[in-house]
Amino acid sequence: MQHLAYLGVLAFIAFGAGWLEFVFRARVFTKPLRLVLSIVPVMALLVVWDLYAIARHHWWFDPHRTTGIVFPGHLPLEEVLFFIVTPIAGILTVEAVRSLKGWSLGDEVEVADDVP
Amino acid sequence: MTYTQIGILAVAIALVADLVVFRTKLVLRKGFWLPYAIIVCFQLLTNGVLTGFMIVRYSGSAIIGGNHPSGTPPFIGDGRIAYAPIEDLLFGFAMILGVLVLWIWWGKRGVQRTPIAGPPPKWWPTTGPLRRRPD
Repeated sequence: MQHLAYLGVLAFIAFGAGWLEFVFRARVFTKPLRLVLSIVPVMALLVVWDLYAIARHHWWFDPHRTTGIVFPGHLPLEEVLFFIVTPIAGILTVEAVRSLKGWSLGDEVEVADDVP
Repeated sequence: MTYTQIGILAVAIALVADLVVFRTKLVLRKGFWLPYAIIVCFQLLTNGVLTGFMIVRYSGSAIIGGNHPSGTPPFIGDGRIAYAPIEDLLFGFAMILGVLVLWIWWGKRGVQRTPIAGPPPKWWPTTGPLRRRPD
């Protein structure tokens, strides 16, 4: 079971933020293309950073607390999932706050470039 | 480069992306900072699990803090906060800001801009005048 430790943390993040979509109408999951276009470029940079850090032994992962599924460069599956799950959780948080507070983020139809 | 140096560079890149390249100016908006304050709390919690249980470990030569070969790093001190190296805050900020810059930029360009978030549920106390119109 302890092999699932890191995956468990990811599941906590996913469920900890996922409800914001339905309870506060964050309306993130209705925008899959925008999600992919926002996440993938940052993920690509973070994977490069992660591979460099792993190669230089900046950090490493407990083989007993990860699934053992690794990509080339000893990049654990969990790290790649982290770069997907955590940004979605962040966007959900931002959009949930926008739903509740009504603060502009600059991409609203009726709002121009100006900062309020 | 050390983790400390790359972390500072990553934050700088994210800020330049926000203020200069994509001009989303999220760091000038409370609509970014309140959610970020929430996010960083949960980062400290979840990252504290990852580092406190030593699922992820760090080399003292790459971070401000030292090595802790014999066990759990300190909860706070020696360059650590909630067991995690403070560099993780740079990593997290750069990742979140970077993704949000693209998210807002694509929205401004009309990629799945609508429906905008909201309205809040009926039980949520709506106080201010700044409420979005109903769909």
